[in-house]
Amino acid sequence: MKNLSLIMFCFLLLGNCAAAAAVSSNDLIAKAHIYDGRTIEFTGEVVGDVMIRGDFAWLNINDGAQAIGVWTNKQAAEKISYVGDYTHIGDTVKVAGQFHRACPQHGGDLDIHATEILISKQGHKVKHTVNNYKFAMTVILLLAIVAVSVWSPIKKPK
Amino acid sequence: MLLRPTNEDFKIIVHYIGRLIVGLGIILVVPLITALVFNEWDRALDFSISMLLAIFFGLLLQKIFPATRDLNWSQGLAVTSISWLVAMLLGAVPLMLSGHYASYLDACFDAMSGFATTGLTLIQNLDHVAHSVNMWRHLMMFLGGQGIVVIALTFLVKGTAGAYRMYVGEAREERILPNVIQTARFIWLISLVYLVIGTVILGLIGFFEGLPLVRSFLHGSWVFMAAFDTGGFAPQSQNILYYHSLPYELATMVFMILGTLNFGLQYVVWHGNFRELFKNIETRTLFSSITIISLMTTLCLLSTYPYLMANFRKGFYHIVSAHSGTGFMTIYAPQFANEWNLPALLMTIIAMGLGGSACSTAGGIKALRIGIFFKALLQDIKIIMSPGSAIVVQKFHHIKDIILEDRLVRSALIIFISYLATYLAGALVGVAYGYPLAEASFESVSAAANVGLSAGLTSPTMPAGLKITYIIEMWVGRLEFMSIFILFGLVFARLTGARGKSH
Repeated sequence: MKNLSLIMFCFLLLGNCAAAAAVSSNDLIAKAHIYDGRTIEFTGEVVGDVMIRGDFAWLNINDGAQAIGVWTNKQAAEKISYVGDYTHIGDTVKVAGQFHRACPQHGGDLDIHATEILISKQGHKVKHTVNNYKFAMTVILLLAIVAVSVWSPIKKPK
Repeated sequence: MLLRPTNEDFKIIVHYIGRLIVGLGIILVVPLITALVFNEWDRALDFSISMLLAIFFGLLLQKIFPATRDLNWSQGLAVTSISWLVAMLLGAVPLMLSGHYASYLDACFDAMSGFATTGLTLIQNLDHVAHSVNMWRHLMMFLGGQGIVVIALTFLVKGTAGAYRMYVGEAREERILPNVIQTARFIWLISLVYLVIGTVILGLIGFFEGLPLVRSFLHGSWVFMAAFDTGGFAPQSQNILYYHSLPYELATMVFMILGTLNFGLQYVVWHGNFRELFKNIETRTLFSSITIISLMTTLCLLSTYPYLMANFRKGFYHIVSAHSGTGFMTIYAPQFANEWNLPALLMTIIAMGLGGSACSTAGGIKALRIGIFFKALLQDIKIIMSPGSAIVVQKFHHIKDIILEDRLVRSALIIFISYLATYLAGALVGVAYGYPLAEASFESVSAAANVGLSAGLTSPTMPAGLKITYIIEMWVGRLEFMSIFILFGLVFARLTGARGKSH
């Protein structure tokens, strides 16, 4: 009986450790039934937009594989300085919260309701440089079009 | 006896392809302007190169192969089928130059998926894509939905007979107006009016749901193009799930259904005949099918989504998305395979396979053909039950009353069988590559019916052979086989046919 109690205690301990463990988006999606309702930790870049909805907000956080929606309070969302898009790398955030396979509050969305959001790395602007080869190619093609336009092929006499 | 096509036949075909390429090049000015407006200078160069390349090749082909004659049937259909491949090759150039694709094949896959309004995608890091690239991805759907040839008919082609032959090649048999060029212009008028209305509606919803003003209207126009043209691309990697918004989902559902309605029907309704919506065999078949399949899917998904709203937003939304041939998703692709049970997956496959209306932007077998089969079945039952001397005439209503003839049933049956064969062939290739039958069937039907829902197979890491298979499925599915059969027929006749004038 003592052994059984010890085994059960170990299982509970393991369960709690797993509940707080960091999980990837691929794992959350592939094993949604396992993580459903559990407290998880998810890290990734905030992408797209911070969508404020009343006292709350939606963030979409991409860990490099998939982006997952995070429902959080407005104050936490307003701390985000950069969101990822063509000209920015978004803030990297560590989210702790409850994972839902099919959230009853949000029409069955797979999402995370955040209890804590920590900015682990601030985002920044991205500079896209112009490729000189592409510029040269554009000029060559323009000249080629002019050449084709003025060229009239010699017709063979029938 | 097959007549061997002459060199002159091929010259005419190449000449008209040249014209279409120029048209495509001119259209690239739209993403180019977008790039300039948003200071995306490197992307602006990508679009300049692509545009100039298309115009250069288009002009060169027209100069080398001058044509004075109008197109005959086989030439018109061949021009259309080849033009779609050329459009894919050229449309893929700016995608490849953007740096978001692992290979040119992947860029071609997305270009064909865009033009054929499928929505399967191999793009990488979509959340960091430039506005101009997103504009081009969605514009391809808008152009492909109306038809690449329809664009050319509107601006570039003068001869109406040859124009009609190309128009038919794009799976559009209905002449809404007496003149095919007027028909093409009407299709554009409808689409542009809806584009403005749809952009405003989605833009406002997006704005009130928390998107910044400019982005809300950009997203609004892109999502509208993908919804109305039953495409399925979206500007963010989570597709429609990104917005976490019921109003957005409801609006896109309405636009998906609008896009799946026959343009001929829309013409009649635009002119005040709303009763046609309820009398038309195609709308009756389509809405009956959507209702039945949705109800069955809802029942199948009760254990997956026990809440009514969740069941509606996941079950009903994806059936409308599948049946209309759009491919918008509010779940992740692997969730289909992991969480939806087999009957629900089967319902989705059936919805995708049946498709929307003929002469619309939707793909698949089409509701009109299914309606014709039911009418033919009804006629056969009546014949059996009637006295031997009785003549049974079966009619159906599609814009006007039409007598059901064997000819109609036969042509519908040929297309039906061709679709089934394509679905099956694609599924077998998927299985041969080691994927499970359910997922391989799901993806194959999605590609051939130009839907775009994915059970997770479509990814940059899938085998090149499977990518090519899906490209072919998207191509033949969008053009509804006939123009491609003619193209192969021309090649076959060139090799084996008797000499003579085919014009």
